[in-house]
Formats: sequence, structure tokens, C-alpha cells
Amino acid sequence: MEIFRPQSRRNILSSSSDAVSVPTIPLYRSAPSLDVRLEEFESFAIDRLRVLKGISDGMSRGKKPEEMENLVKDLWKVNMRQQHASEVLHKDIISHFALRLVYCRTEDLRKWFLSMESALFRYRFRLLKNAEAQRAVMEEFDLPYRAVSNVEFESIKEKLGQVARSTGQPLPTADAIFYKVPFEEVPELVAGRKVLISQGYAYVAMNQIVSLVATLFRSQLSKTLILTNRKWTSSIREQEKHRLTPIVEAMCSSYLGPDYSQSREYADISLKDIDQVAKSSFPLCMRHLFDKLKEDHHLKHGGRMQLGLFLKGVGLNLDDALAFWRAEFSKKVGLEKFEKQYAYGIRHNYGKEGKRTDYSPYSCTKIISSTPGTGDHHGCPYRHFSEENLRAALGRMGVNSRAMEDVIDKARNRHYQLACTLTFEALHGMPCDAGINHPNQYFSDSRKILQSKA
Amino acid sequence: MIPQQESDFNLNHLKLYYGKLFPFADLCRWVSYGNDANHPGCDQSYMGRREFSFTLVDDIYLRFQSFNNVHELENSVKEKSPVKIDIGPVYSVDPAKRYAYAQSENNVFTPVERELIFDIDMTDYDDVRYCCSGADVCLVCWPLMTIAIKVIDTALRDDFGFKHVLWVYSGRRGVHCWVCDGKARRLSNEQRGAIADYFRVYKGNENSHKKVSLTGAALHPFLATSYTNVLKDYFEKNLLTGQNLLATEERYEKILSMIPDESIASELRGRWQDGRRSSSAKEDINVVRWEQLKQLLQSGKHKAQGLRRCVEEIVFCFTYPRLDMEVSKHMNHLLKAPFCVHPKTGRVCVPIDPSRCDEFDPTTVPTLSQLIEELNYESSRSDVDGELNRTSLGNAITLFRSSFLQPLLKACKSCLEVTSIDTIKRWNVHSTVELSRSILTLIFSYNCNRSSGERKELA
Repeated sequence: MEIFRPQSRRNILSSSSDAVSVPTIPLYRSAPSLDVRLEEFESFAIDRLRVLKGISDGMSRGKKPEEMENLVKDLWKVNMRQQHASEVLHKDIISHFALRLVYCRTEDLRKWFLSMESALFRYRFRLLKNAEAQRAVMEEFDLPYRAVSNVEFESIKEKLGQVARSTGQPLPTADAIFYKVPFEEVPELVAGRKVLISQGYAYVAMNQIVSLVATLFRSQLSKTLILTNRKWTSSIREQEKHRLTPIVEAMCSSYLGPDYSQSREYADISLKDIDQVAKSSFPLCMRHLFDKLKEDHHLKHGGRMQLGLFLKGVGLNLDDALAFWRAEFSKKVGLEKFEKQYAYGIRHNYGKEGKRTDYSPYSCTKIISSTPGTGDHHGCPYRHFSEENLRAALGRMGVNSRAMEDVIDKARNRHYQLACTLTFEALHGMPCDAGINHPNQYFSDSRKILQSKA
Repeated sequence: MIPQQESDFNLNHLKLYYGKLFPFADLCRWVSYGNDANHPGCDQSYMGRREFSFTLVDDIYLRFQSFNNVHELENSVKEKSPVKIDIGPVYSVDPAKRYAYAQSENNVFTPVERELIFDIDMTDYDDVRYCCSGADVCLVCWPLMTIAIKVIDTALRDDFGFKHVLWVYSGRRGVHCWVCDGKARRLSNEQRGAIADYFRVYKGNENSHKKVSLTGAALHPFLATSYTNVLKDYFEKNLLTGQNLLATEERYEKILSMIPDESIASELRGRWQDGRRSSSAKEDINVVRWEQLKQLLQSGKHKAQGLRRCVEEIVFCFTYPRLDMEVSKHMNHLLKAPFCVHPKTGRVCVPIDPSRCDEFDPTTVPTLSQLIEELNYESSRSDVDGELNRTSLGNAITLFRSSFLQPLLKACKSCLEVTSIDTIKRWNVHSTVELSRSILTLIFSYNCNRSSGERKELA
């Protein structure tokens, strides 16, 4: 059993963080002076990961805030339970910092961890329910904002009422507290038009403060993740090569699943087979893009990205990808314009231009959370199609009417990935126990089944 | 219609244009934001970290060009004669040397500043305009762009508090917007996305029906103001009759399909199918039908059913600005520089005065050949400003300077004066990281021990 002793920090930090006012949700800003057993380091981290993974699943099903709140409550209760309250806090903090190390190492990992931890924080804050406890957390953040004065409140009362009615909130009463905050601090309230915005300031109601706090939490975590990464690469990885590094490196991959950036088993799908495999093994989202491309000889940016990266994951090499897109686009925009405007983007996807990042194909979560607009065909059909269009599309795929009702039912209840899984099962006549989490997983599972049948 | 005049674009003319007319100095003063002065607060590397990108005539695409000053830019443009110049973000390091930095483990080549930009393109309105489609525009559909400028410009200034907003004709079928306030340039991608979403009312895509959905008991003040001040009037006084939105069966069916109550839709359909005799000849058929629709939907007995919003939804659908969201959401998107010449139309991408955008006429924007003719017509004087003033480009450049560049540079100057030198210091890439044995200490120590350089990067 190994014990870590953070000696150098002990004097500085113990006085402040161990002391009297432990907030109900830690902000993970400073080090606790705790000794951590190696096995705890791992098991706590895995428990927290279960919570985060549960949140991720809930989000990809498009659960509403109230549903998420209950989900988080349950996940937390099940996975983070300890005998004493102080042990829960202890586990909370250790598991967070352990996962911070696991998920600091690449941009994708950081992104995932950041959004899951922020969601966890948000719902835990909402679950505090009583205003006292919320205010204690706010004070911890040391927010520099003042409540809007009575005079100012009177002058904008009418507009605040308009905002409240537009979002289905009760009208603000005379003693309602509003905070005047630079709009950049509350992006999600801005995005949803949930606040009045005037002259660069957002007027945030007390019941919306969670957005402000969650945004602050997120931006602080985002910064520290980058710094942790820097330390990881510059020293920790090497120093801990025999102790923590193996744990850390094993942990994220086992839970996030493969990213399909390098196609493995079924590499070398060639151009001549692509029409046929599209029919047999593409999930509906890709099949739809594929068909639309053949029909319109064009796809907008979102569609090109979603399908293009999927095809890369399927094993289409760069030359074939260029030939594939060229064949379609040139019918509409001409060869010249294709080479000029679109070929760059394809090479870019393969890491041959610009930043030279080899981009990963989109996962279901990413596709489900996209927001296709006018003229767009990307996104998740189970989420973004009207029911009528979804039925028609499933019919074209060959889903029989009995299975169709089950699929539609799942989609209606926002279980998009389950709807996709049912479609897979209906078309392949085989169960898909793991569920569909990635279009490229759909593809490779489909190929496996079809080849074993052949 | 603006015909696609290939003849208006000629590489020799373009060379002459870059040689004599293109306002390099104004462009550089703009993108330097005051950092080209001798003030101690200036960041001398600022301009050199900006990405420019050229499209050359043989479809050669040169990205990540960078220039330290106006002379370097001018020489390069004159030498290469790009048919299009794009402006990208300011990066953490000189974009031309990005590979050298890419070797290090921390990927330090990243955008750090970028104007908040909007791109509005007429092709996105193809389902609500009947006069032309695709790349064409005419004076009947151009009001859609005027509406977009009015709505977005007002909200950028009144709601978000921005002051330095530049609107530019894209040269063919749309408009570009550059928001240049310091605060706007430093927005994160997430914050940009939030602003773009604030402007977004279209929730539908090609595969679901409803394109505009206004729910809730009231409209958000931004939408309500846009509706009463801009959208409603443009719809009723301009587009309704200009586009003949209710004149034929096919067109009114499109609008009827947006009414959720089938009985009302069929009542209107019944009236309109044999409506010829009931409407007086004097009144425009579109106006008559629109009044009938409004009356039926907004009459007392339907109010309770939430159908009243339906009239607004129809108006929003046919008028509300449609932004290319991706362009606004990411810092590293490129956007064509003002004063470029559109290679298809030959028209110059001139600024548009948002306070007088009703008067803007895309069909009278100066073209390359017209400018060259004007240059040739009177070639006695030689100073550049003189050349400019003799051509129809003069007004455009005057507008750029007086309504945009001068107020902007004034604001930049006062901002630089309060910025102390040490905060300008660039982040030191090779900052040393303390070594420590304990893993927890290592994870946690960043709070106290990060170097001053790192602090700057976080700011």
C-alpha cells in the first residue's frame, strides 16, 4: 500500500480548505491535504466515471433538465456512497482530481470530461434546492456582481416581464433579485434567449444563477485541465511511469470506446463497393446523407463533415474519398469549383491541410446534439426528422411495419440511440446487445454479421 | 437581376485595381487596431500574427499568409494578384511559422482573437423568394438583406453593446458583418455560438416541417422589437406584394400549411379558391388575402388556442435573417476582405451604411471594368487619394473611413493608453515547470505556482 504525502503544500492549503465552512459542493480549486491509497485512487475514479458516463448517456437521449436532475441524484447516490458524510466529500474530491489527470491528456478527453463534470456540477447545484446552500456556493465563487437596484429594476420591469412570459416563468415580483452580468458570462442563457440583454449586460434572475455558476465552474476547470495536461506531459507521466501512468492510461479508453479515427478491421472499402455497403451497412443518418448526396450532388458543410469523417472511419482512403466526392459534386458545381472549394475540406478531414489534425468520425452523442438548419441533412434522423419523414426513411431502409412502431416509439421518447439499435436489429435479424453508440460501430457490427452469414 | 458578367472580371484590370485603387493602408490600419503606432502599449507582433489567405487565379489556395505591415501585404498582393483575399484570425504565433511551433508538445498554434463575423447569403432564402434563385439577386429580393442588416445591427448595438460594426456587400448575393470591438474579438467559440443562437429562430431542417416555432406567452423583447420595428412592415409593405406571396395556389398553400388548425386553413382555402369575384379589383390580391388570414387567426375566438402566434410565425418565416451559423461560431473561419472584387460579378465588396441600408442597391455597386474605365478617362493626376476620388470607389472608401475606421481607431487608442506594458508581454512558451515528487502536489500546485507567463495566457 502506497501513501502519498503532499508535504510541500500542506502548510499553505490545510488551513483554508480543511477549515470550518466546507461548501456542500466542492469547487475543486485547491488541494485537500489528504493521503490517498493507490487502490482508492483507482476505485474512486472508476465510481465517478460511472456517474459521468451515466450523465453522458442521459444527455445523448436528450433528457430534459428535470429528468437529468433525478438521474444525477440517483447516479450520485449509487456510486459515490460512503459511510460518513466526510468520506463522501473525501471521495468526491479525490475522484475528481484523479479523473482530471486521466482526462487532461488529449483535447477530446478534456472536452468530454469538461462537459460531464460541468453537467454534474450544474445538477448538484440545482439539487441543493434551498437558497442558503446555493448562496454559500456562490459566495465561494466570490462573484463580483451586484443585484440590480430598485430604480433600475423599475425601468426595465416591463421587459423583464416579457422575457419571463416568453420562457414560461412567473412574472418577477417587486422584491425579485436580478443580477446584472456581462453577457459573455452566461452564454447558455444568451443562446436560449432566456434573459434580457441590454447594452452588453444580461439580467439574470435568481433562479437562473445556476447557469452563471456552472459557466464559471466550467471555465475554471477548462483552464486547469490545460495546465494539468502541461504538467502531465512535462513531468508526471515520466515520474509515475511505474505507478500511476498505467492506471491513468488504461482508464479512459475502457469507458469512452474507440474513436474510430483509424479504421481497423474492415479497412479498404473501395469505391466500387460503396453503393452496396451503404445499402447494407450504413446507419440511417449516413444512409440519408449518402442518398441525398447522390440525389442532389451536393451536401452542406455539416453533412460533408458527418459523412466524410464516417467514410474515413469506414476505411475509404484519401484518394478514394476525393474521387467519391468529386464524382458527385462535379455534376452540380463542376470539376473546377470542386477542386477549388471542396477538395481542401476533404484533405483537411484527413489531416492533410491546415492544423493537420487527423479528425475523428462523429459519435452518436455529437450527431444527436448537432443543430441542422435550413438546407441541412446531417444530424440524427431519430431526433431531427419529423415523424412522417422518419417513417418514410425507415420504410426505404426496409424496416417492417411492426419494428417500425417500436422504433418510432423510442424516437418519440427521445431514446434516439435505442431507436437506432432497434433499427439495426430489425434489419440484421440479430440482437445488438451493446447498443449503438457510434455510426462506425453500427457499420462494423453490421459488416461482422453480414460476413459471418455469407 | 444581376447577370453573371464574366467579362467584368479581367486579370489585367485586377492588377490595375490593386495597383491604383485598393485601399491597403485603410485595411491594415483596421486590422492592426492601433498596434501599428509607436505607443509603448502596442503589440508590435499583432499584425504579423493575423492570417490572410489568397485564392489565385489557377484555383491555387494559399492559406496562412502573414504580413508585418502594409508594405509586405501590398507587395505580396500586387505580385500574386489574388482573385480573392480572405482574412482569418489573429493566432498565438505567426501563422506562416506554425509548423515550427507544432513540433512542441503543447499545441501553441491557436487563434487568440477574431472579429465576431456574420455571413448572410441569399441562397439560404430560396424557399421564400420567387423572383430569382441560387446566386442571383434582384431588387425584389434584396430587401431580405436590408431586413437582416437592420435586425442584426440593432441587436448588436442595443442588446450586446457593440459599437464598431462593419457591414460589407459580399459582391454577389449577400452581406458580411464584422464586429470589431475588443470585447467581440476576444469572445470564445462558445460565446460566439451563444450570440449566433440568440439570433436563431429557425429550428427546422430539411427533414422536418416547422421552420419557425415561436412558443411561449410572449416574444422575447429582441424578437418583439424586431417584429414591430422591422419585420412586420417589410412583410406587409414590401415582400407580400413584391414576391406575390399569396397570389397563386401553390404559394398560398405553402402559407396555409403553416397554420396548425386545419379548419381555419380550409376555410381560407375555400375563400381563395373562388375568391376572384369577392375581392375588388383595385386592391392587391396578396394584401386582401393576408388581411383575411390575419383577421381569422387573430379574431377573439382563436386567441385562446395559441393561434395568434401563427401570424408572427409566418412573418418571421418570410423575413427573419438567416445566418450561416458555422461562420459565426468558430474563431478560425475565414471571411472575404472588404474591397475585394467578386470574380463572378466583377463587383467590389463595398461597405454598407447600416443606418441607410434601405438605399443600398446591389445593381449599382461599382464594377471592376467600370472603375478601370473611370481611371482611364481622366489620367492626369497621380496621387492615390486623387485616383480614388475620381472613381465611384471614392464614396465607398469615404464611408469606410468616416463611419467605421476613425471611430474604431479612436477607441483603440484610448484603450491602448490604459493598458500597461507588462500585460502585453507575450506568453512564454518555454516556461519552466516545477518538479515535485508527490502526485497530488503536482496536480494541485498550478494554483499557486504558475508562472506569470501562464497567467497572461489565462487572462
